[in-house]
Amino acid sequence: MNHQHYPRTLAVIVACLALGHLPLSAQQTITIPGTSGLSESPIPVNLSGFSGEALEVIQFDLLVQGFSLAGADTAQYLLSGSNAGNVVGRAQDRINKNMLVNKSYTGANLRRQAHQFVDDFLATLGRRGIGGTRIAFVHTEGRNSEIYVGNFDGTDAAPVTQDDSTAISPAWTPDNQALCYTSYRSGGAWIYLQNLAARQRTIIARYPGSNFSPAVAPDGQRVAMILSKSGTVDLYAANLTGNVLTRLTQSREDESSPCWSPDGQWICYAGKINGRRALYRIASGGGKPERIATSGVLNPTEPDWSPDGKWIVFTQQRRGGFDICVVPAAGGSATVLVEGEDPSWAPNSRTVVYTRRNARGGDQLSLLDVPTKQTKTITRISGSNSQPSWAK
Amino acid sequence: MKAIQLSSLLAVVLALSLLGTGCQKRVIGPTPINKSESRIRPGEISDNLPSYNANNSGSGVSGADLDTATGAHAQSGQFSLDNSTQDRAALAGHTVHFDFDSSVVRSDERGNVDAVAGYMQGNPAVGLLIEGHCDERGTDGYNDALGERRASALREVLISQGVAAERIITQSWGKRRPVDLGHNEAAWAKNRRGEFVVLHAK
Repeated sequence: MNHQHYPRTLAVIVACLALGHLPLSAQQTITIPGTSGLSESPIPVNLSGFSGEALEVIQFDLLVQGFSLAGADTAQYLLSGSNAGNVVGRAQDRINKNMLVNKSYTGANLRRQAHQFVDDFLATLGRRGIGGTRIAFVHTEGRNSEIYVGNFDGTDAAPVTQDDSTAISPAWTPDNQALCYTSYRSGGAWIYLQNLAARQRTIIARYPGSNFSPAVAPDGQRVAMILSKSGTVDLYAANLTGNVLTRLTQSREDESSPCWSPDGQWICYAGKINGRRALYRIASGGGKPERIATSGVLNPTEPDWSPDGKWIVFTQQRRGGFDICVVPAAGGSATVLVEGEDPSWAPNSRTVVYTRRNARGGDQLSLLDVPTKQTKTITRISGSNSQPSWAK
Repeated sequence: MKAIQLSSLLAVVLALSLLGTGCQKRVIGPTPINKSESRIRPGEISDNLPSYNANNSGSGVSGADLDTATGAHAQSGQFSLDNSTQDRAALAGHTVHFDFDSSVVRSDERGNVDAVAGYMQGNPAVGLLIEGHCDERGTDGYNDALGERRASALREVLISQGVAAERIITQSWGKRRPVDLGHNEAAWAKNRRGEFVVLHAK
């Protein structure tokens, strides 16, 4: 994917061979060509000519997608332009002098033009930018919480529920036109499907007991969820209309936080079998649960499968806090990334939005670029916000 | 839909870039941005809810439930939370507390459960809502499930004492309804609990 990395990666490998060892330890320090590694250095870029909001957007977008700011003599790419009225943007490879982007933008507003410029730059590197993507999240005020949707950088956030009740755990449908969530608005914790444009909602699950953690399949046809209708807390799947319910697990322990593999074959969830709290996966049509190893971390919960199918990001619950961790989707050695919880992948399979508890007890949304571990707090949304879900 | 618009936009941009490779110094453009984001308007939401049949413990839709563990322990829903009123005071003195990360009903809490069972036997017309709660030391997803497991554990003890399963509803609030907002063991111990709410059919 990142072709510009081949020479540098090869150089690292050659250097390691020369030193007589490969750092193939638990932390996977080598970037394998063609895959997204877990320990990339940020790509240095130099910015010039931008100011104000356009500069803020460009810096923000670059930082959460694996770039760092550098001087013009050390940067790999030179991004220059202006934002007098409209954004004009150029991106040039400093080494070979190739002009990658050279455009002037009109329409919408400065912010969107700046996002588009960064996306255009990323496209020349063979990468999909996230400038136009949205997130859903839970906004809490006092005892009430509502579902909100906003741009991934926190702008244009607006409520999609206004029930003066408790609405939690939003999950997008794959067409990004609707959200599933649990709401207590009718008394019970029921699961709803709400179309954003039509502002209509239907009930998907209103079984006795709790109806939690909906996750819509990549084909948009089914929804996984956690129900207690049978007297124990178990994983179920149903059609998006709520019918043809299938029970997938039967245990006296609790299952929680299901997510789908991008090919729709598997559902991953947090559970406990034979006293072992772990991530498990089960064939989405039913089958025997298989443990997904997360060596090196304790009490994994809240898994989310990357859109490219390669990784599962999750929360480690440890004494005194929570960490965002990532593990290959097949299981293996887990890598602790940053302190936080509730992770959700961006469509680029490298940026993650997550929740950070702040000192006063409120929750803040933050973005994490997984390969470089760079983070950025979303400061444009005030109050306490949690359970983010990135529209894919 | 959005993805299609984006990819066609990218295709146009790519085509323009290719056209411009011969004269790289020239600024190409303008590239209009399609302001396609659908604004989410707050306000009233029109509900389209299926009718509820209290005897059909489902979404109002019939379907093949492959659940094989029904029977005495399945929640069958004679009472539902949208057709009953709640009396939170009657059993407020019998809240049961739990150990950290546990849904085991401790022996020192049995007196509270016995009292609730006695109340249910003396008031055969009422239903019971059991609310499960957690302390803040878990993620939302984990605590939602743990709270439900605590409520279910209390429900099982009451069923074993002769309270009919269809009179009991469980519900988890996870960590969202602490009784003590502190961030210490004393507060957490108070918050790890199961509360009993009496239901009267409307």
